[in-house]
Amino acid sequence: MIELKNVKKTYPNGVTALNGIDIHIDSGEFVYLVGQSGAGKSTFIKLIFREEMASSGDIYINNRDLSTMKWKDVPHLRREIGVVYQDFKLLPKMTVYENVAFALEVVEESPRQIRKRVMEVLDQVGLKNKARFIPDELSGGEQQRVAIARAIANYPKLLIADEPTGNLDPDTSWEIMKILEEINATGTTIIMATHSKDIVNTIKRRVIAVEGGLVVRDQHRGDYGYED
Amino acid sequence: MDMKIRTFKRHFREGLKNTWRNNWMTLASVAAVTTTLLLVATFLVLMFNLNHVADALEEDVQMKVLVDLTADEDETEALGDELNALNNIESVEFSSRDEELEGLISSMGEQGDSWGLQDEDNPLNDAYVVRANEPQDTIEIAEEIEQMDSVERVNYGQDVVQNLFTFNNYARNIGLVLIVALLFTAIFLISNTIKITIMARRREIEIMKLVGATNWFIRWPFFVEGLLLGVLGSIVPISILTVGYYYLDQNAAAVNQFEFIQILPFYPFIFQLAAIILAIGAGIGIWGSVMSVRKFLKV
Ligand SMILES: Nc1ncnc2c1ncn2[C@@H]1O[C@H](COP(=O)(O)OP(=O)(O)OP(=O)(O)O)[C@@H](O)[C@H]1O
Ligand SMILES: [Mg+2]
Repeated sequence: MIELKNVKKTYPNGVTALNGIDIHIDSGEFVYLVGQSGAGKSTFIKLIFREEMASSGDIYINNRDLSTMKWKDVPHLRREIGVVYQDFKLLPKMTVYENVAFALEVVEESPRQIRKRVMEVLDQVGLKNKARFIPDELSGGEQQRVAIARAIANYPKLLIADEPTGNLDPDTSWEIMKILEEINATGTTIIMATHSKDIVNTIKRRVIAVEGGLVVRDQHRGDYGYED
Repeated sequence: MDMKIRTFKRHFREGLKNTWRNNWMTLASVAAVTTTLLLVATFLVLMFNLNHVADALEEDVQMKVLVDLTADEDETEALGDELNALNNIESVEFSSRDEELEGLISSMGEQGDSWGLQDEDNPLNDAYVVRANEPQDTIEIAEEIEQMDSVERVNYGQDVVQNLFTFNNYARNIGLVLIVALLFTAIFLISNTIKITIMARRREIEIMKLVGATNWFIRWPFFVEGLLLGVLGSIVPISILTVGYYYLDQNAAAVNQFEFIQILPFYPFIFQLAAIILAIGAGIGIWGSVMSVRKFLKV
């Protein structure tokens, strides 16, 4: 499902964030991406999402070749991928319901489908009863759950999360992890960049460690491997 | 582009909403469009009328080919054939020396009569009156005719015509340059005003891109907004021009002593002008608006 071959990324300012990455991730896997600050985790995620383009090497997502992909096809790639960020990226003036519905409007779903699906995913993240709230009226964890609901609304085959628990307290983080595990159990591939030793060492999954733009460890049921 | 009606409605609603929500910016943009269009419209009125007058003056330009006094009938006829054979010629008319004299006398009015010119020996030449298809070609054609046999001279008011053409060309080009410059200024102003409002909508656009919106999906509401700004901005200029031109048209006849200078009639000119202004307004609105999102789409 995801294949990276000798991928390098040098930003226009000359910083080389990734320096020859080879990774293969199968459908349905749950992968932690760990490594110190500046190691290149976010860069990796941006390449998958085509927010940035690789300087060299090949990237295949769902059999799409990202290096030859035309700009007009990028939206279609993104519709197959859900993203969750540390800072939630919700629209502050819209209700929870509208925030999620927004993602479906963009792909021109029918209003009936939208209503049905929004309530479905809000139920999945346990926020059905807060559909009419605006983000400011929610806790951090709840906001992140809205972001996850939005990310999975369009039935993505792949969910990528860049430090989804980065702004949350431990208890709330576990809530989020439980939801991500449930999503993974339905067959969705998940890639999650994180700094949380607790999470990685407790919920044991595949761990890919990045250092200085290189994969230094790729371990099934691995450890976090760094001191906090 | 197959867009669902539902999506089209959404874009329209979003465009309206944004126009309304950013009311101060909307006002600023509309003011920019209004000012520009007023200037452009005034220029257009001037230019169209100048062109109209210039065309009329140019239409009056004709060449008088004076036939050599020594030429006999055959040679005169041969010249006529040669003139008729020219390209770019609208008409050739023969005017005998007697007709020429009559024309001269009648143009002098009473004075001509009192001089008793008709009694004396007619000193004038036979002549051909030639009109060019394109008045602007007159000078060139005149030079060509002067090379022909049995031609004494070609008169077409050389100095006046040359100046007229030069002036008209300058006026047209300067007008055009000014209008284009004004339009670009307006586009720049609008795009900058909208850019300020986009900053607030930046996050929205970012998230739209995140969830896989196409660029056109994001652009359409801005397209609608630009169109709206342009149309709103053309209301005042069109109204002012309609009223102004109506008064001008009503009073022009009274003021105008030179019959050859006639402004374009109110109807249908004002409708054409309104259509042009509306189109320009919509055009710069849309362009300015769509241009301002460009930067944010490159993610
Ligand atoms: N847009 C950019 N332009 C230039 N350099 C960048 C850009 N984004 C990241 N970098 C650089 O690339 C390197 C890797 O950054 P990246 O954000 O991928 O690290 P990270 O592993 O996500 O770090 P963190 O754990 O702090 O989020 C860093 O040196 C960073 O300064
Ligand atoms: Mg990062």
